[in-house]
Amino acid sequence: MAKLARLGLSEEEVETMAGELSGILEHVDRISELELDDVPPTSHVVELENVLRADVPHESLDRDVALAQAPDPVDGAFRVPSPQAEG
Amino acid sequence: MSDMLDLTAVQAKEAMASGDLSPVEYGKAWAEAAAADELNAYLWRDGNGDSGGIEVDQPTVAPVAVKDIFCTEGVPTTAGSRILEGYRPAYTSTAVRRLLDAGAPILGKTNMDEFAMGSSNENSAYGPVLNPWDRGRVPGGSSGGSAAVVAGGLAPWAIGTDTGGSIRQPASLCGIVGLKPTYGAISRYGMIAFASSLDQCGPLTRDVRDAALMLSILQGADPCDSTSVGLEEAPRLPDREDLKGLRFAVPSDLARDAIEPGVREVFEATLTTIEQLGGEIAEVPLPHAEHGISAYYVIAPAEASSNLARYDGVRYGMRSEAGGDLIEMYETTRAEGFGTEVKRRIMLGTYALSSGYYEAYYGQAQKVRTKIAADFAAAFAEFDFVVTPTSPSVAFGLGEKTADPLAMYLNDFFTVPMSLAGIPAISIPAGLAEPAGGGPQLPVGFQIAAPAFAEQKLLDAAHALEQAIGFEARPQGAPGG
Repeated sequence: MAKLARLGLSEEEVETMAGELSGILEHVDRISELELDDVPPTSHVVELENVLRADVPHESLDRDVALAQAPDPVDGAFRVPSPQAEG
Repeated sequence: MSDMLDLTAVQAKEAMASGDLSPVEYGKAWAEAAAADELNAYLWRDGNGDSGGIEVDQPTVAPVAVKDIFCTEGVPTTAGSRILEGYRPAYTSTAVRRLLDAGAPILGKTNMDEFAMGSSNENSAYGPVLNPWDRGRVPGGSSGGSAAVVAGGLAPWAIGTDTGGSIRQPASLCGIVGLKPTYGAISRYGMIAFASSLDQCGPLTRDVRDAALMLSILQGADPCDSTSVGLEEAPRLPDREDLKGLRFAVPSDLARDAIEPGVREVFEATLTTIEQLGGEIAEVPLPHAEHGISAYYVIAPAEASSNLARYDGVRYGMRSEAGGDLIEMYETTRAEGFGTEVKRRIMLGTYALSSGYYEAYYGQAQKVRTKIAADFAAAFAEFDFVVTPTSPSVAFGLGEKTADPLAMYLNDFFTVPMSLAGIPAISIPAGLAEPAGGGPQLPVGFQIAAPAFAEQKLLDAAHALEQAIGFEARPQGAPGG
């Protein structure tokens, strides 16, 4: 699961968290006993339909501004380590 | 000088408009008060020439303390997380923009639970906030800093965010007013996302009239947030004095045993006050409210696990120095940048959304959400308001609940159902009570919930009740008493 979330966890963290998460899931699992087959799910509480706006061009962030907060900006781009494991 | 700080934001606005109060002097007095923060409530304060692009030339409204979850151009914005240390956003959130446009300077950015996940402010990467009533206790969370600065006399008013109680619970624990508006009343643009279907901005203030003024500034549809619709009319300052003809519902399945005796006493006494003001009280069933916590702790972590995927050490914030390939960089950056509670919720949310479990968890929780909203709709067919204690206890001790995450989650029992239903709810201070373990008396909050977009009615009733309660207590040394 930590792999899916791209979250590095130490052995110790995995152990503590496994216990805590099963406790939480046990509590949460109570809702699985409710008969809700015919109930529609709610993803949004306020009734809204297709909110549209006019397609008007506007200025967007300057590239340098957008890059200014990056840990490693290079030549107008975000530099990241190689996806291939080294050597 | 100190009597200037006694003014509510509404009084200060009127005094500045009539020329009786110098905006410069007033702003300076609050900057000095904020500089004396001993509660670890501020993460950043204006006044050192570091205010980025968010200056106000001529203040006409009281300066505001802003939860550090709102993006402010050029001003550090951390969301209480190590992963955003040093981040200076390139733009300003709509809520803060509206405050600036109304003439309210930003006094500072307030401490909070990391990414708004917590009920005690102990999950901040920058240390816990201390409760101004008792520095050995928590101020509540996640908007703990915003509540502490208002209660402790370090700001006239503040804004926070509420996903499952994060405005109302700290307001309750600090003895101030906290309002979570209807979902969609205020734009979420530039508000760092925790659980997008629940997050809502709102005021933390000394009294209900200040909350109405703040809401009138903040509310409104925003093209940058397609879920924002605003209120039909900007709220007026409430002046109602009675509750005649209004019907208040107490959930019949209210878990009275789970409430501290002192809190229960104040709650019952407040119900009596409502009756004395002409309001009617009766019980109403909210059968699915008890499943609120379960549904919430599926939906909120699920949405958070998705929202927090963006913190990967590429576009902003910190990147781990540990080296390795791209995937390793993601993993070590997130391991070093996130705190324990955030990791716990990412894991919980990733699990709830994973293939094979989605329907059983997220799908089922969304159906519970439908049932909870239907329970409230049925109650509001007969009643004007639903009332509960805001929190089952007064402020608890630092470290008291950190070892048991589930116990901490259960603390949100009374505030989560309203968030799931998207309806507005306010917490007002209703009295003082001794903590279950003994000790000096601490504030107790009373929660009033109303149908969606009925903010005016909610504020009117809350104001009438507030006036009748006459809560005058303040922490030692704080102004406004």
